[in-house]
Amino acid sequence: MKLPEFAGLVLAALARLITGAQGRWHGSPPKAEQRIYFANHQSHFDWVLIWATLPRDLRSRTRPIAARDYWTATPLKRWITQEIFNAVYVSRHRQPGGDAPPAGEDEDPLEPLMQALRGGDSLVIFPEGTRGHAEEPAAFKAGLYHLAQAFPDVQLIPAWIDNVQRVMPKGEVLPVPILCSVTFGAPVALRPGEDRQAFLVRAREAVLALRSVR
Amino acid sequence: MGDLRSLSVSQQTGLLFVALFGLLMLVSVATFVRGLREDGRQRLAEQAAFTRELRAVWVGAVLFWTAWVSGALGSTLLFGAVSFLALREFVTLTHTRRGDHRSLLLAFFVVLPLQYVIVATRRFDLFTVFIPVYVFLTIPVISALANDPQQFLERNAKIQWGIMVCVYGTSHAPALLLLNPPDYEGRGAFLVLYVVIVVAVAQITQKLAGRRLRRRPVARAISRSFSWRGWFIGAAAAGLAGALLFWATPFKPVPALLMGFVAGGSGTLGEFVMKALKRDAGVRSWGGKSSVTGAVGLLDRVAPLCFAAPVFFHAVRWYFGI
Repeated sequence: MKLPEFAGLVLAALARLITGAQGRWHGSPPKAEQRIYFANHQSHFDWVLIWATLPRDLRSRTRPIAARDYWTATPLKRWITQEIFNAVYVSRHRQPGGDAPPAGEDEDPLEPLMQALRGGDSLVIFPEGTRGHAEEPAAFKAGLYHLAQAFPDVQLIPAWIDNVQRVMPKGEVLPVPILCSVTFGAPVALRPGEDRQAFLVRAREAVLALRSVR
Repeated sequence: MGDLRSLSVSQQTGLLFVALFGLLMLVSVATFVRGLREDGRQRLAEQAAFTRELRAVWVGAVLFWTAWVSGALGSTLLFGAVSFLALREFVTLTHTRRGDHRSLLLAFFVVLPLQYVIVATRRFDLFTVFIPVYVFLTIPVISALANDPQQFLERNAKIQWGIMVCVYGTSHAPALLLLNPPDYEGRGAFLVLYVVIVVAVAQITQKLAGRRLRRRPVARAISRSFSWRGWFIGAAAAGLAGALLFWATPFKPVPALLMGFVAGGSGTLGEFVMKALKRDAGVRSWGGKSSVTGAVGLLDRVAPLCFAAPVFFHAVRWYFGI
């Protein structure tokens, strides 16, 4: 076993110790299909939690999205995102999952994501674009729609992350042990001819609906 | 009984465990057989409740067996882990705010390990006052520094209670293991087992008595089954069980009876108080929210012990003047 793999296992065990990292699959079993998981975003811990709830076999092919300027700033950050998580780097000035690029801009911010998807990897995205601190997730950005359009064969799995804002509120560094769960729902597919706004609202509602699944 | 006293320590302990597990096995088999012919929704619900209770006793018995097998250090670590998991569950089900973050960190990562270090090093005077005095005064300071006056007293009380029950109470189990009363060295396992057995007897008897008696409950809004007579019968049965076990303890029969009564009675009262806390948190059993949070109801299992162990521990210390 190599060091990054071992570090990943330790990290997953820590996440489990602190949050219980309970994955609840309602409507889609954990399978090795190519998927885009999209979830509400409240804390830096969200990604680790989703990652820890996935079965070990799926973890290596499921990739997070990381802001390049922040996560490559130091060798340690680069090592964590690249070696352990195999993150997809995007440029910060255009948020991942954000709006479509205005015409004339050099690189499509979604391009790294598309590349990863073409390579057969699964992604985890937080379509709110930024961490919210309200009860309900903010409106979804258009990136999810563009990905759904470009990759109709990739399953879009909604996920609701419960309780994690209490584990590590914005601005805190150390997590408090509190039990959390991630509820995965049935795939949401883009309907033929569905308009962007309607799809984003529907996707957001699919995430919200998982909150009350018991 | 004299013969039993003459056996070696490990033989006595072994005998105790054989008896304990044998008894549990009998009760389990009996419950299973009864379950085969029970019908009617009411009976089934009672049956399910009883089975849950029984499972708790099983978990406890296995836990203490493990503690005994793994020695002083091992059992301290084991109970430390139980404390951690119980506190995690407690905090999950109470409503904490952002301002509580630092206090919770302190509770989990400073208070909890320190308390168990103090137990392991047998500083029993410090052990007794560390949480009720020093932690009690430190937590509000940390909370006040978080600059959030909303429900300040209530939030602090919740954290204090969590620490008191999950850390302070639970840490008395390894403390009993390590207490070493005079002429009783290396037999702390008996004391822990003694508490566990009398508490279990009190709980089960109270439950059964409650079913037979159908008394008017003392506090209907909190528990529909708790009545003073039921409590007394439970505690008396615990005392009786304690007296029967006197050969395994450093006490004479009559003190053993009193100790059993006190420990068993406080255990069931502890269960009662935890019911009130649960009602406040809006759950029926600590494991009730399990589908959402993964809480497994560990608190239900340790709560009675958290009340009984400290009371018993200090009673033992006074009895021997140590």
